[in-house]
Formats: sequence, structure tokens, C-alpha cells
Amino acid sequence: MMQRDACFRALAPHVTDEIVISTYSSAVDWLELGERTLNYFSVGAMGLDSSHALGVALGRPDRRVICLQGDGSLLMNLGCLVTIAAAAPKNLVHFVVQNGTYEANGSHPIPNAKAVDFAAMARAAGFAHVHDFADLHNFEQQAGHVIKQTGPVFATLRVEPSKPLTYNYPKLYDARRRTALKAALGRR
Amino acid sequence: MDADLVADEGDDGSLKGDRIIAAIKASGVEFILSVPDIVTSGGLLRPIARDPHFRLIRVCKEDECIGIASGLHYCDKRALSLIQYTGFLDSINAIRGVGVEYAQPICMMIGLLGHDPHKVPRDSPRYGVRIIEPILDAMGITHHLINEDSDVAKIAPAIEHAYARSQPLALLIGRRPSVS
Repeated sequence: MMQRDACFRALAPHVTDEIVISTYSSAVDWLELGERTLNYFSVGAMGLDSSHALGVALGRPDRRVICLQGDGSLLMNLGCLVTIAAAAPKNLVHFVVQNGTYEANGSHPIPNAKAVDFAAMARAAGFAHVHDFADLHNFEQQAGHVIKQTGPVFATLRVEPSKPLTYNYPKLYDARRRTALKAALGRR
Repeated sequence: MDADLVADEGDDGSLKGDRIIAAIKASGVEFILSVPDIVTSGGLLRPIARDPHFRLIRVCKEDECIGIASGLHYCDKRALSLIQYTGFLDSINAIRGVGVEYAQPICMMIGLLGHDPHKVPRDSPRYGVRIIEPILDAMGITHHLINEDSDVAKIAPAIEHAYARSQPLALLIGRRPSVS
């Protein structure tokens, strides 16, 4: 089993001009690694991070888009797997951080936490490439390759629940962040 | 013939689908995000699906439209969510969070299934239809009823305004648009 922050540290060196979309605990850990204009945290409703990511991927097919979604969030929007597979954006990489809990809401377990297989769901939905990582060394070796594959790509990161995080939502969802992101993405 | 291509009894063709589609095009919308709705299926969704002007994204559940439209907006792409009022009701939290609180131009065209076009929606005998406009008012969302051909002229300016002000919009389709 891995730690989410360690996975993100393994991913970060490979991320250059990709647009990274995340929310809640994943967003907190990702932001710890540094400010980027191309971080997209303005989600506004749980479960929709993957849908925001699809919108960006469709709107900017010339840029790669990485979604860092929690497992509780995906469960609130499971249909997105089918929608994304149907829309088939070649530039979208969808990571699901599977810690088995609704971490931002008291760390209660997600339904059927020990058995649910998100990678199998993504495969059945029709994703072009599907990965399932539970070993950090393996992920460190593969991360750069995974985010360069022709999408839609799906990867589960099986992690342990983290220590309690401090959720600074005003900082995370600051309107100035959205303004800067739109200015960056709207440019051609 | 499919049920959605058969005109409703009493449908006098007073709301033409092709005029609505022309208005959507005039508003600069490129992406249509949709879960099918029998009110708009024959007159709007089917021709839109065939129209190379549009990129149609079929979603599984209406709240996906809200996230996708927001993502597209960051990229300066315009989208219209074509849904039924039941899907609007199901998506209220997403509309609240993304559209209202984050001030995103989420433009929705909402079929009022079961609405009597000779009445205003607030007087509809159908509870689900009757509550739509009061909910939109409570959320501070601009809305227009598109019930006759003369209402179609509201569409493009309303979408333009929503994008200019970065705020959500609801266009309520009060009767089945006719099939061209």
C-alpha cells in the first residue's frame, strides 16, 4: 500500500505543462508540492472533478489533462467513466486515489471499500489504457509513461488513509486562482 | 416511427425546432451536453446529433453536464446542456456549487415534460414543473420560457449575456419543438 503524498511526489517531476484537476484531499496534497497556474481546484460539487477534467480535455485537445480524483468522489459520479470512454479524449489521464474512505468528511469508509475494483470498472467502461498501482516503486517507474499514453487513460493509486489534513478551502478555491487559470487556458 | 418524432396531440407547430437550433448556433455554442428528454428529443436532440456544427457529448447523468460545461468555459468554449426538468432537479447541488457560487456560465435548455403550454409553468398541474421557476428564482438564476416561435429570439441574447456576466442560465422549453 502507498501513501497519497508519496504518489504525488513521484508524479510531480513528470508534470510540466499539463493541466491538473483535483479536489478535496488530493488537491490539498497536490498543492503542497507547489503553486501552478495550471492547477484547477474550482470544483464546487463532489464527484464532478472528472467531469471538469473531461470539459478541459475537450476544450484544449492540444494540452494534456490529469485528473486526481478520490474514490469517494468517483463513486458519486461513476457514470463519468462511461461518458469519458465514449468521448474518448486522447489527452486525458484519470487517476483515482483509492484510500477506501470519505477522508474529507470524517474518514468513514466508502461502500464495499475492501472489494471495489475501480480499474475493472474503467476497463469495462472502455478506457484505452488502465493501470492499477499498489506499489510505490512500481508507480515511480511507470508514472512518466502513464501520463504520456494516448488516452483516455485510467489509473488507480491504492493508498492508505492519510493523517488528518488541514483543509484551507478559501486558499484552495480562491477566485483569483480561477481567473488566472482561465487566462492561461483561454490563450491560443 | 419513434415516439419522439410523432407530434403531440394539439401540437400546432408553434415552436419550431430548426429555429431553436439556429438560435443556439448564433449564440456561439459548439458543445451540446445531453441526457435525452422526450420533450426535446425529436425536434432538437436528433437534428443536433446529425449536425456537424455541434459536438454532442452524451452523458450518463445530468450533473456531469455542469462540470463539463465549466471545464469547457475555462478554455473559451461554449456549451449548452440539453436536459429534462427532472435532470435539472437532480443536478441542483452542482448548479449551486459550480454555476452560482463559482459564477460559471452554465447554460441549460430544460424540457418541461408534462407541461401544458397554454399555462404558465407556475400554474402547471404537474408538481415537478410547478416548482421549477420558484427554485430558479430562489437560486438567483436567470430563466426564460421558450413556448412559442416568438420566444426563440430570447435564446441567443440570453446565452450571450450569461457568458458576458459569467452566470448560469435556464431556458425552459414549454412544449415539444416540432420536427423539421
